[in-house]
Amino acid sequence: MLFGKLSLQAIPFNQPIPMAASGIVVVVMIGVVSWIVFGGHLPYLWREWITSVDHKRIGVMYCLLALVMLLRGFADAIMMRSQQAVAFHSMGYLPPEHYNQIFSAHGTIMIFFGAMPFVIGLMNFAVPLQLGVRDVAFPTLNSVSFWLTATGALLVNISLLVGEFARTGWLPYPPLSEITYSPGVGVDYYLWAIQISGVGTLLTGVNFVTTILKVRAPGMGYLRMPMFCWTALAANLLIVAAFPVLTATLAMLTLDRYLGFHFFTNTAGGNMMMFMNLIWAWGHPEVYILVLPCFGIFSEVISTFSSKPLFGYRSMVVATLFICLVSFMVWLHHFFTMGAGGNVNAVFGIATSIIAVGTGVKIYNWLFTMYGGRVRFAVPMLWALGFLVTFTIGGMTGVLMAVPPADFLLHNSMFLVAHFHNVIIAGVLFGAFAGMEYWFPKAFGFRLDERWGKAAFWFAIVGFYVTFMPLYVVGLLGMTRRMQHYNVAAWYPWLIASAIGVVILAVGAVCQVVQLVVSIRNRTALDDVTGDPWDGRSLEWATPSPPPAFNFAVLPQVQDEEAYWTIKQTAREQARLRPEPEYRPIKMPRNSPTGFVCAFFATLMGFALIWHIWWLVAVGGVGAFATFVVFAWRDEEEYEIPAEEVARIDRANRSARREALVTYTGPRP
Amino acid sequence: MTTAEFTAPHPRDPHHLGHRHAAHAHRAPGHGEGGPADKRIVVGYGFWIFLLSDIVMFSAFFAAFAVLERGTASGPTGADLFDMTNVAIETGCLLASSFTCGLASLAIAARRALWFHLAMAVTFLFGLAFVLLEMREFAGLVAEGAGPTRSAFLSAFFTLVGCHGLHVTCGLLWLLTMMAQVYAKGFRPHVLRRFLCFSLFWHALDIIWVALFTVVYLMGAMT
Repeated sequence: MLFGKLSLQAIPFNQPIPMAASGIVVVVMIGVVSWIVFGGHLPYLWREWITSVDHKRIGVMYCLLALVMLLRGFADAIMMRSQQAVAFHSMGYLPPEHYNQIFSAHGTIMIFFGAMPFVIGLMNFAVPLQLGVRDVAFPTLNSVSFWLTATGALLVNISLLVGEFARTGWLPYPPLSEITYSPGVGVDYYLWAIQISGVGTLLTGVNFVTTILKVRAPGMGYLRMPMFCWTALAANLLIVAAFPVLTATLAMLTLDRYLGFHFFTNTAGGNMMMFMNLIWAWGHPEVYILVLPCFGIFSEVISTFSSKPLFGYRSMVVATLFICLVSFMVWLHHFFTMGAGGNVNAVFGIATSIIAVGTGVKIYNWLFTMYGGRVRFAVPMLWALGFLVTFTIGGMTGVLMAVPPADFLLHNSMFLVAHFHNVIIAGVLFGAFAGMEYWFPKAFGFRLDERWGKAAFWFAIVGFYVTFMPLYVVGLLGMTRRMQHYNVAAWYPWLIASAIGVVILAVGAVCQVVQLVVSIRNRTALDDVTGDPWDGRSLEWATPSPPPAFNFAVLPQVQDEEAYWTIKQTAREQARLRPEPEYRPIKMPRNSPTGFVCAFFATLMGFALIWHIWWLVAVGGVGAFATFVVFAWRDEEEYEIPAEEVARIDRANRSARREALVTYTGPRP
Repeated sequence: MTTAEFTAPHPRDPHHLGHRHAAHAHRAPGHGEGGPADKRIVVGYGFWIFLLSDIVMFSAFFAAFAVLERGTASGPTGADLFDMTNVAIETGCLLASSFTCGLASLAIAARRALWFHLAMAVTFLFGLAFVLLEMREFAGLVAEGAGPTRSAFLSAFFTLVGCHGLHVTCGLLWLLTMMAQVYAKGFRPHVLRRFLCFSLFWHALDIIWVALFTVVYLMGAMT
């Protein structure tokens, strides 16, 4: 009774792989925690990071969570590819029930805890800086969002050691996910992890829509916002409109599983195809939630490293909003085979083809931005170029599958797996890496090592092609997705090739980690003194690196589309900076443990709900409510940074920039 | 900051496309080029966005109800089950509570603590009556074997109506917290902003109930 369904049997002592993996994770975590506690780093970490409501810090924490989870998801990917490389006429080394958990966990982790936090982290870091303001609209809520996302990630990873994860794929399709066919806790882990982190994501959406629409520097009209802000706005509008549908859908499945409701059961009038419709009404906008901000990152990167304004800014805005709208009208293409009829399929097939037009406009705009520009092949630009080529290929296979008759052949095949990895890896992962390389110096005050960055890029892109092009082929040879073993000789060599590709990708991942380590070690040599290492064009480059808590000593007065470029060119032509502004004290929001404490209770509650420990559910619920009441009762929301402190920080940056101005010799080659 | 002497040498956007009216309407804070909006606007606006997301969630439950309404598994239909008198009283309670919530807004605008507490207390009682009536309805249905596990139609009915009821219950909890805050802290700016959000929330629940009343009960009782 005390522990609900939880007992020692939940821990898979008889399965060596999860035991070894979680053993390593536990040891590493104990190591890190004891280093933090016994090294005396806990007060610093608590004060400066865990309780921070600074959008830059929260952004960095999101990205860190994403990087760790990307490695976790990649470990699953290595296991899947190696299993299929050896499972020809044999059962391989992963038993079916374990293999099914791995592909489910891989998709869930990569989308919800790899890609989403990465993209949200970059938006957190860059959007307020680009808008020329001091923070997001609701800083404490932002912290709550982050910690709820971390809760979800934690719950998914606990499932490795305690119990099991879903075996249903990354979207738990009923009736398989119903209690009759999935009686274990796997699907429950999925449901609660996604529900809790989904609340966090929804709050992020509310926060950023409000920030972008209501909190911008003076003069920053809508058509002067940097492209990344536009795409962030579109993505967050999609979050606000789509995530509630996910919440509702998963709530229905939860009610089916916990209380015997009949939403998606195949008895008592339930309708399982309603689940497919509802989940993809969220799921398709979700892919644009991920990729639109990355389109924004590419726009910033390509324009900066071509030393040219973005070509066709207004058409880019229109294309973004077009995609934002049409992304809600294509969901049925995920299940053309449902049998909705020729006419319905035709409507959604045409809508799907049309949405590619918006992306096409963007591709041409990026090409024309580079045309005639002085292109610098720095690491972010390499990721952008890799994206342009690779994403176009992925987009074309997508348009191919948008044709319903073709889709009937390709549905659920490895061709589909190759397609969506082609667009997600090239679009989202390359975009996030480009953004990380691009904004890293802004966040930490030093650049990332170029050589290791370039190595990481080349291994990643070669590894990508070697891994996924063979999967297109086996798809056309008739291989369906999620196969634990097979006995078709024609597939075997291609799956071997694909496994070799994963090895190359792994080398790329190692390079990426080494790059971080090497750069941290050589940080003095890589120092970014002026705060403008790339000759940037938008307002984040007007701040010192790293920016002070208040970002801007005085809110910038925006004059035109490329706010910082104008300021900088003026200074260059007149060979002097703008006159020193009058410094005033600045009020900033106080740190708050609300997010962390709230997530603590949410973790308890989620875990208790998964294992039916009802008293702990009550404790978690009351605790979360109490946290909010305590937060609501605080008297001082803000603290003041004195004018002298503001002046000291701003003057230091001004003198660094003045020096850079004196030594300026024209655009870099 | 004086910027007049620093005109850009090569301005991007020389014709100020889309910025022609900058001198007029777009100069207000929070609009166009007017700089950040003040906190009250930001909070209210953000809460509106949240309410819209909540309405989207309800729309998913409405959609599920519409799909499953005929999935009665040869069990009872809405026409068999709904007691329209009860629903009418519920509706009356909820609408009346919105009216008294409006009175609380007026009281807070006039900074009259006593009237505020009185209006909020009445709002609470109406809200509580609504929740109790709904619980009685649910208990009655379960007792006559028409619980949510009976059929897909009843699953969707209980979830949709219950989700609204859960919102009202959370609203009641929030209402009490609001009263305690005004009592303990007085009419401070952040308390006022929070009350603004609360009243938006309370009225939004009414809007959802109107849709619920129409789609679930009225149309359900007719067929």
